[in-house]
Amino acid sequence: MDTTRFIARHVVTLPKSGIRDFFEIVAKMKDVISLGIGEPDFVTPWHIREAAIYGLEKGRTHYTSNLGLIELRRAICQYVGRNYGVGYQPETDVLVTVGVSEAVDIALRALINPGDQVLFHQPCYVSYHPSVTLTHGRGIPVPTLAADNFALTAAALAAAWRPGCKVLMLNLPCNPTGGTCSREQLEQIARFCIEKDLIVLSDEIYSELTFEGGHVSIASLPGMAERTIFLHGFSKAFAMTGWRIGYACGPAPLIDAMMKVHQYSMMCASIMSQDAAVEALLRGEDGMKRMRDQYHRRRDFVVRRFNEIGLTCHLPRGSFYAFPSIQATGKSERDFSFELLEKERVAVVPGTAFGEGGRGFVRASFATGYEQLVEACNRIARFVDSR
Amino acid sequence: MNPVLNLLLEGGRLSTAQMAQVLNLTEAEVNGHLEQLTKDRIFLGWRPVLNLSREEAGVVRAVIEVRVTPERGGGFNRFAERISRFDEVESCYLMSGGYDLLVFVAGSSLQKVAAFVSEKLSTIEGVISTSTHFLLRSYKEQGYLMEGPPEENGRLTVTP
Repeated sequence: MDTTRFIARHVVTLPKSGIRDFFEIVAKMKDVISLGIGEPDFVTPWHIREAAIYGLEKGRTHYTSNLGLIELRRAICQYVGRNYGVGYQPETDVLVTVGVSEAVDIALRALINPGDQVLFHQPCYVSYHPSVTLTHGRGIPVPTLAADNFALTAAALAAAWRPGCKVLMLNLPCNPTGGTCSREQLEQIARFCIEKDLIVLSDEIYSELTFEGGHVSIASLPGMAERTIFLHGFSKAFAMTGWRIGYACGPAPLIDAMMKVHQYSMMCASIMSQDAAVEALLRGEDGMKRMRDQYHRRRDFVVRRFNEIGLTCHLPRGSFYAFPSIQATGKSERDFSFELLEKERVAVVPGTAFGEGGRGFVRASFATGYEQLVEACNRIARFVDSR
Repeated sequence: MNPVLNLLLEGGRLSTAQMAQVLNLTEAEVNGHLEQLTKDRIFLGWRPVLNLSREEAGVVRAVIEVRVTPERGGGFNRFAERISRFDEVESCYLMSGGYDLLVFVAGSSLQKVAAFVSEKLSTIEGVISTSTHFLLRSYKEQGYLMEGPPEENGRLTVTP
């Protein structure tokens, strides 16, 4: 029996992640130095893990409130108020989610009517466009360019905008480009959002890993808190990817709408992860800053090496990704990545895995140790020279 | 912080050539930094961190609490420096609380450590008392866990 005929049309046409097939190839190879990993190389700091163990020992194994533990929501409000300059109420304005991915998904499901249009800058995280498609919305990519250090500009936004656009998705600093916006650029974007009555989904998962100039949240700009859903999580800054824990903050009616979707699908985030998250927020900032300082030093090295090798690379102001251009090699990003893997056993991710805007680029994660980074760069140099 | 010092602390076993690559310095400059750190007595030297309980020869280690009468003008420094010079002494700290100096001593046998305490340490003029505790087992050395498998790094090779 052909079971595929049961699959919904919009799922049949949904493309698989470009990273998936690449992973299958890399997973079968030996001695690969992978710069293709989108998560910290640090293990979650012990005090955070220990807090989860303590909770288990005390029998904390039950459901929590749909919104999440109130002590976690309080800690989130304090942390966000202190570090991002936006005031939220723990009782009404915060929803704890299963990673930011769930927060993005339920925010879109709470906001999108079929046919609504959603602007997102591209290259971007792999799930954005599919998440929009799954809610029967229409994704409108807004290109970001190497010439702008992959910052989103209000001009590009205005050029992509069309009647029917309802939502703008932001991911600053951005996976895969490391690009982010200055305060002035964000102010122009904010003015545009107010003028066009857009609601902003701002995924700020890499915000702690901003190396220069400090991070500015669009939610903190005048008139924006009321039209922004601030999305954040613990995966990157606190090295907690496997815990799947994130949160959304925003105007109470919007959080309430998201909560309805969340309560009927997820119910609540895992209590163990919530206990760990409380510990991370209350006592994890020093450890987080030490990790950030290491990423900063590694970034300086990797970006410099790429430019020396002849792969033009802008300076990513945040995240742990470099996004060098491979156009000088005359190869496509896909050929470059596959041949580099084949010949030198170094894995990078073709830029087109993150959308059309990634053509001519590859993503190289520097969330790996110095020895591997030094060796990987030497191998890439040999590969580029040998062509 | 000195850039070379950062790398020494977090860089694992990088050669000076690799350090030079990471820091965008010449090898000579890295060596210059290392020399300066040594001259400033910040970088004192290299030592491997070993789990000697797995080594057949083994060593006996003890922690000794020492009470001394401080001297006018010098306080505890002259005692501490004098005690620190013995080869048997691995570390020596001035402490607050019920005793003055905490001395980590190592020897090839219990008798040798005991002899050091009774013949050398206790007989120094000004030492009021010693209290010796032998180490039975080490669980963590210099940031390294002694037992159990190393922490897994189960990251997938490519992830979004």
